[in-house]
Amino acid sequence: MTTITADHHLDHAHDHHDADHKPAFFQRWFMSTNHKDIGTLYLIFAIIAGIIGGAISGLMRAELAHPGIQYLQTWANIQHSLLGVEPASLDQAYHLWNALITAHGLIMVFFMVMPAMIGGFGNWFVPIMIGAPDMAFPRMNNVSFWLLIPAFALLLGSAFVPGGTGYGAGTGWTVYAPLSTSGSAGPAVDMAILSLHIAGASSILGAINFITTILNMRAPGMTLHKMPLFVWSVLVTAFLLLLALPVLAAAITMLLTDRNFGTTFYDAAGGGDPELYQHLFWFFGHPEVYIMILPGFGIVSQIISTFSRKPVFGYLGMAYAMVAIGVVGFVVWAHHMFTTGMSVNVKMYFTAATMVIAVPTGIKIFSWIATIWGGSISFKTPMVWALGFIFLFTVGGVTGVVLANGGVDDVLHDTYYVVAHFHYVLSLGAVFGLFAGFYYWFPKMSGKMYNEFLGHLHFWVFFAGVNLLFFPMHFLGLSGMPRRYPDYPAAFEKWNSVATHGYEIMAAGMGIFFINLIWSLAAGKKAEGNPWGEGATTLEWTLTSPPPFHQFETLPVIDDTAHH
Amino acid sequence: MPISRGRTETGEDYIAHDMRVFVAAAPRGYGVEDAMKKVKSLVLAGLLALAPTLVSNGPALAQENAATAAPAAENAAVPAESAANATAPAAQAAPAATVAAPPRMKPTEGIGMPKPGEITLQEQFTSTGHTARWLHDVMLLPLIFAISIFVLILMIYAMWKFRRSANPVPSKTSHNTLIEVIWTVVPVVILLVVAVPSIGLLADQYKPAPKDAVVVKVTGYQWYWGYEYPDNGIPEFVSNMLPEDKAKANGEPYLLAPDNRLVLPAGRPIKLIITGADVIHAFAVPSLWVKMDAVPGRLNEKSFTIDKPGVYYGQCSELCGARHGFMPIAIEALPPEQFDQWVLSQGGKPATAAAAEKTADAAPAADAKI
Repeated sequence: MTTITADHHLDHAHDHHDADHKPAFFQRWFMSTNHKDIGTLYLIFAIIAGIIGGAISGLMRAELAHPGIQYLQTWANIQHSLLGVEPASLDQAYHLWNALITAHGLIMVFFMVMPAMIGGFGNWFVPIMIGAPDMAFPRMNNVSFWLLIPAFALLLGSAFVPGGTGYGAGTGWTVYAPLSTSGSAGPAVDMAILSLHIAGASSILGAINFITTILNMRAPGMTLHKMPLFVWSVLVTAFLLLLALPVLAAAITMLLTDRNFGTTFYDAAGGGDPELYQHLFWFFGHPEVYIMILPGFGIVSQIISTFSRKPVFGYLGMAYAMVAIGVVGFVVWAHHMFTTGMSVNVKMYFTAATMVIAVPTGIKIFSWIATIWGGSISFKTPMVWALGFIFLFTVGGVTGVVLANGGVDDVLHDTYYVVAHFHYVLSLGAVFGLFAGFYYWFPKMSGKMYNEFLGHLHFWVFFAGVNLLFFPMHFLGLSGMPRRYPDYPAAFEKWNSVATHGYEIMAAGMGIFFINLIWSLAAGKKAEGNPWGEGATTLEWTLTSPPPFHQFETLPVIDDTAHH
Repeated sequence: MPISRGRTETGEDYIAHDMRVFVAAAPRGYGVEDAMKKVKSLVLAGLLALAPTLVSNGPALAQENAATAAPAAENAAVPAESAANATAPAAQAAPAATVAAPPRMKPTEGIGMPKPGEITLQEQFTSTGHTARWLHDVMLLPLIFAISIFVLILMIYAMWKFRRSANPVPSKTSHNTLIEVIWTVVPVVILLVVAVPSIGLLADQYKPAPKDAVVVKVTGYQWYWGYEYPDNGIPEFVSNMLPEDKAKANGEPYLLAPDNRLVLPAGRPIKLIITGADVIHAFAVPSLWVKMDAVPGRLNEKSFTIDKPGVYYGQCSELCGARHGFMPIAIEALPPEQFDQWVLSQGGKPATAAAAEKTADAAPAADAKI
C-alpha cells in the first residue's frame, strides 16, 4: 500500500508540479508567459525580419553593382502592378529606392537586432543566469513580444500606400523633418511612425521587465558584482531603452501632429525648427546604437571566458566600462549633426565628448584580449565568431574616432564612409555577436548540437563576404560618394561592384547558416547540460539542455567562492 | 512673411522677418562704397564685349549655351532651342550688360571630382581642405591603422600561444591593476594628442569671412540648386542636372555636371549663405572640404577661399526625396578678372572689384604659407 501511495503521489506530482509540464500548442505559443518560449518567439521573429531586411539590402546591392538604373524601374512597376495602379514613373522608381533604404534600416534596427539581442537572448538567459524562475512580469513579457507583430505589419504595409512621390515611406530611418512632414504626403509615413511607436512601447515594457527582474530576482548570493557580464550588459541596455525611447516617442508624436493636425514643431514658418527634430531623434538615436551593441559585448565576454577557460579579465572594469559607455552615450548625440550649421563651440564639445567613448571601448577590447591571454583556448564555432567580433568591432571603432572629428566629418558626413563605419560596428559587430551567441546557446536552447564544420564554414564565408562588402565603402566615402543614392558617377563603379560581390559571398554564408540550423534541429547530436566543459561557469550550464519548462523551483545558492 | 531664424557658423543668431531681405542686408558696409571703384572694371569689361553674346537670354542660358556650343559647335540647334525655352530670370534686372561670359571652363580629369577606383580623399583646393586632409592622412589614418594592426597582432599571437594543445592549463589571472591603468591612460593620451589639431581645424573652419568676401546665397530646392549674388545684384538663377547625352557632349561627368555652375573667383574669400526652400538638402563639394546643410528657415554660412581656377563638383548630401541623387553641384572657379567679367556678363556689378584686386595680389603670399 505504501508503495502505491507513493506512486500515486508521484503521479500527482507529475500532473501538477513537474517542471517540464508544457501547455498545449496554442496556449504555449500564443498565450505564453514563459521567458524561454517568449525568447524563442523573439528569435524566430528576428530571423524572419532579418531575412526580409537582408533581402532588401540584396536588392540595393544589385542595383548599385553598376552605374545607371538597372532594376529599380522594374521593381517599381512590380510594386505598382501589385497595387493595380499605372506603371511607375522614373521619379516613383527613385522614391522606391528611398523606401528600400528606409525599410532596410528600420527592419534591421528595430525588428532584427533589438528583438534578437534583448528579446531573444535577454529573455532566454537573463533569468537563468541570475538564478530566477522567470521574468518579473511574465504577462507583460508576452505583451512586449506580441506588440512587435502589428508594428512590423504596419511597417511592411507602409510600402503599399502612398508616401509622397511614390509608394512607401521614403524618409530614411532617421525620418527627418520636413521631408517626413510636408515632404511626404500620404499615409505611408504615418504608418511607419505608428510602427515605431508600437515597437518602442514594446521595448519600454521589455526594459521595465528586465530592470525589475535583475534588481529584484537574483538568487541568494548573486550580488550585482557577481552577475555575469551578459546580465550587466542587458541591465545597462534596459536603462538606455527606458531613458531614450520616450524621447523618440515624443519626437515622432510631434511629427504626427505636424503632419496631420497643423502643428509646426519642426516648421520654421510657424516658429518651429527642423533641427529640433534632429536633436530629439539623435538624443534617442545615439544611445540606440549602444542598445544594439552592448548585449553583443555581454555575449562576447561570456564566450571568450568560456572557451579560454578563464574568468573574464578585469570584471569590474568590464562592467563599469559598459555603464560608462551608456552614460557618455547620452551626451554625444550631436556628432550626427556636424554639418547642420551648429556653432563652433558646440561642435568642439561634441567632438571631444565623442572621442571620450573610445576610452571605455578600448578597456573592453584590451580586457577581452587579456582574457584569452594565458588561457587554454578551444576554437569552437562561438569562439571564432567572438574573436571575429573583437577585431571587426575594433576596425569599426577606430573609424568612429575619425568621424568624431567635427572638422574631418565635414567631408565624410553622409558619405559611404559613414555607411562603412556603422556596418562595421553593427553588421560586423552586433551581427557577429548575434551569431556567436546563437551558436553558443543553440545546444542549450534546442538540446541539439550544431554542426561544427558548417559553423566554421559559415564563419569564414560570412567573414570574407562582409569584409569584401563593407571595406570598399571606406574608399567610396573618402572619395566622396554620398549615401542613399540609387545611381552614381562612373568613377565609383569599381568599389561598388566589389561590394556587390561581397554581398553575394555573404549571402552564401547565410545559406550555410540555414542549412546548419535545419540539419542540427533535425539530426543534431543530443546536447549535454554543459557541452563546453569547465570554462562554462554561468548557471544556464547547470541545467539540462534544453532546460526544464520551469527552472529553479528551488533557488540556487551562489557561494562566495563562485566566480563570474 | 514667416519669421526665420538663422545662425552663422560663428554662432551669431539672427532673426529676420524675411530671409531674402535679411540676406541682402547682411553683408552691409560694402557695395555702396565700392561703387566708384567699379568704374575701372566696367571699362575693362566693356572692351571684352566684342565677342558674340547671348546677353538677352540671361545668365542661366549664357552658361549652358557656352558649354554646348564650345565642344559641339555643329549642333547649333541646341542653343537655339534652349534660348526659346529660357525664362531669363535676369533679363529685366540686367540693364546694361553688354559683356560676354567667359567660355565654360573644361573640367580637368581627376581634379574636383572622384577618380575611378580612388581609395582616399580627393585632392584639396582650400586651406581648410589642406589642413583637414593632413590631419586625416598624416595623423588619423596611420593611427587607426596602427591600432587595428596592434589589436590584430596581439590576438593572433595570443590565439596561437594559448591554444589548448599548447597550453592545456589556463592561468587564473583575472586582475592586474597596473595594466588596466595603462590601457586606460594611454588611449587618453593618444586622444589628447589627436584632439589638439582637431580643435585647431575646427577653429580654422569657423574663421569668419573678411568683409570683402564674395557673397552668394545658395538655396536647395527639390531637386535643384539656386544661386543668387545679392552684393553683385545678380538675381537667383537655378542649376539643374545635365542629362547624360549633354554631359557627355560637354566632356563632363554625368550625375556630377549641372547646366549652370556656381561661378566663383579663385583666390578671393567667398562666403556662402546656405538655406533650403522645401526640405533639408546639403551643399557638398568634397574637393573644397565643404559640406553644409541647407535647412528651411535657417541661414547657414560657409567661408572659404579657392586656391586656383578649376571646376569642382559636388552632390546633394542630405536625403531630400525622390531625386536626391540627381541634383549635382559644380563650382567654376575663375581667375578674379574673369569672374568680374562674368559678373558683368550677367548684368551684375562687380562691387568688390577694386578690393579684390588687393586680395588677389595678396593671395600668392597666403598660398605660400600653406
